[in-house]
Amino acid sequence: MERSQVLLSLAYRSLKNRKLTSILTLVSLALSVSLWVGIEHIRVGARESFSNTISQTDLIVGARGGSLQLLLYTVFHMGSPTANVSYESYEKIKNQPAVLWTIPISLGDSHRGFRVVGTNEDFYRQYRYRQDRRIEFEEGRAPADVFDVALGSEVAQRLGYRLGQRIVVTHGITSSQGILDHDDKPFTVVGILNPTRTPVDRSLYVTLEGIEAMHIDWKQGAPPLKGQGVRAERIKKEEIQIEQITAFFLRTKARVETLALQRQINTFPEEPLMAVIPGVALSELWNGIAYGEQVLKVVALFVVIIGLVGMLMALYTSLNERRREIAILRAVGVGPLKVMFLLVLESGLLALVGSLLGIALVYGLVVVLQPLVEGQFGLHLPVKSLTATEHLYVAGVVLAGLVVGLIPAWKAYRNALSDGLSVRV
Amino acid sequence: MNHAVDIEKLVFSYRPPKAVLKIDELAIEKGAKVFLHGPSGSGKTTLLGILSGVLKADAGSVKILGQDLARMSGPARDALRGTHIGYIFQMFNLIPYLSVLENIVLPCQVNRERGRRLNGLPLEKAATGMAERLGIGSIVLEKVTELSVGQQQRVATARALLGSPELIIADEPTSSLDEDHRQSFLDLLFTQCREIGSTLIFVSHDRRMMPLFDRAISLSEINGA
Repeated sequence: MERSQVLLSLAYRSLKNRKLTSILTLVSLALSVSLWVGIEHIRVGARESFSNTISQTDLIVGARGGSLQLLLYTVFHMGSPTANVSYESYEKIKNQPAVLWTIPISLGDSHRGFRVVGTNEDFYRQYRYRQDRRIEFEEGRAPADVFDVALGSEVAQRLGYRLGQRIVVTHGITSSQGILDHDDKPFTVVGILNPTRTPVDRSLYVTLEGIEAMHIDWKQGAPPLKGQGVRAERIKKEEIQIEQITAFFLRTKARVETLALQRQINTFPEEPLMAVIPGVALSELWNGIAYGEQVLKVVALFVVIIGLVGMLMALYTSLNERRREIAILRAVGVGPLKVMFLLVLESGLLALVGSLLGIALVYGLVVVLQPLVEGQFGLHLPVKSLTATEHLYVAGVVLAGLVVGLIPAWKAYRNALSDGLSVRV
Repeated sequence: MNHAVDIEKLVFSYRPPKAVLKIDELAIEKGAKVFLHGPSGSGKTTLLGILSGVLKADAGSVKILGQDLARMSGPARDALRGTHIGYIFQMFNLIPYLSVLENIVLPCQVNRERGRRLNGLPLEKAATGMAERLGIGSIVLEKVTELSVGQQQRVATARALLGSPELIIADEPTSSLDEDHRQSFLDLLFTQCREIGSTLIFVSHDRRMMPLFDRAISLSEINGA
């Protein structure tokens, strides 16, 4: 047997001999490493979930304004659009040869604080989130008629609505009781969507014609006077002319065409339009709100340091009861430097096994908790092999363990020199 | 070169200038069985530390098998001890987390040179053979924590003898044994030392054993400090 192997096996056997302290040290190291890696995992998962709020859409097109604002009101249903897109411009862009599909959306109304989104059947057919998941119905069907409405799952759950229920939409976006209710034109719930854990759940979906119909008798942004309104049952879907929409999602036939198309839309001659690439805008937005990440990382780092200090204490306090053992090793020809090396090996072993256990713990938890976390928080935690960062973490912890191990090792070296072969027990 | 140990003008002190050991001359012939005695505080432990190369003389020369420990580096002295010296403690000789066999083979694993001195036998075979000769062949796979004191001292002896070191240092190895065990232990130790041709330095304050040895050295007589 090689001599370094002898030392390694001695280190292992010695740790095994002090089973309880070794296991406790391993547990504390594993927990701290798992917290560290777990936070990294959640961080990456949160970022990915966030940037996968909308997928497969190459461009979001709306009236010219802030790109972040456009992203917020189209994807996250936050804030309000400044202007609309004429249906004519929409059709022109839609018919470009580079365009594979579009999803028009029309905003501006709400129901008890939840946004009402006007869209068409392309939304149910083409909209994707988290890579390739599509909109599905828990019950019912997509709105087809003018006064049909489908509910996002959270809306249905929070308000306790069922199929066939009639609801009134409020003009404008308000969480309180609306001042102007479209109470002359109630909508009927025809469908409830499956949960997506994206902002889709917190909205109601009607047809584009439905949005137009609510405002068909309005003049200059004001509702009709009493008795002058058009009665709901007289409105026919075929007769409704859609004048404008708020924005639309767009997918190109080939991704390489995205930039050219974006330029073309941004310089659209008839109307001031703007197109943003959702991935870019999403990561801009994430970077703006994610400074908490750094704090978490620092906290986790401290936890790892505490774990290492625990190991240091366990090894250091064990030294006194091991003076005899060290004297025997000295007697059979192990030099004081090798005694020191033995101690460093022990801390290295603890750190390595502790890190691996910690990572195994994280993966175990991810596998077990993944469905729960996804259901409760809409956070998709990916199960994947060790990332480069995690390899680096393990290496970092083992290295730090070796460095920390130098302290008890140095003490052992001093003991070995001063005790020699005689230990007063 | 007929001396296993050759000390000249040795001076040693833990805290200079107060010397605890001053030996003008001490020579021990190869193959001798030497009884070293002296009252507590006469410097026995210190002398053993110097002979085994754990302590370094301040002045003079300490030749073990012709090599002067006083002129060697720490690692060189460690290697010399590991390879050429077998050491038996008074008690607590064994590493508690290793088996009997693992304890016996330890010096031959730690010192490559000593591992080559097994007459061509594989390590385990040489170790079990040695254990059998010392009457502990049946316990080689047991945990050392379950052995009696007498068994422990035999395991320690097997470890000290394996690899045929030229010098065996035994520091009161029988003080924890009763009369019967002491006798059989000494017999075994003598037989094995003769067999491998080792020089034995046996430390004890029990002078009743003195007649069994070739020579007795009183440390208080030769220590001039």
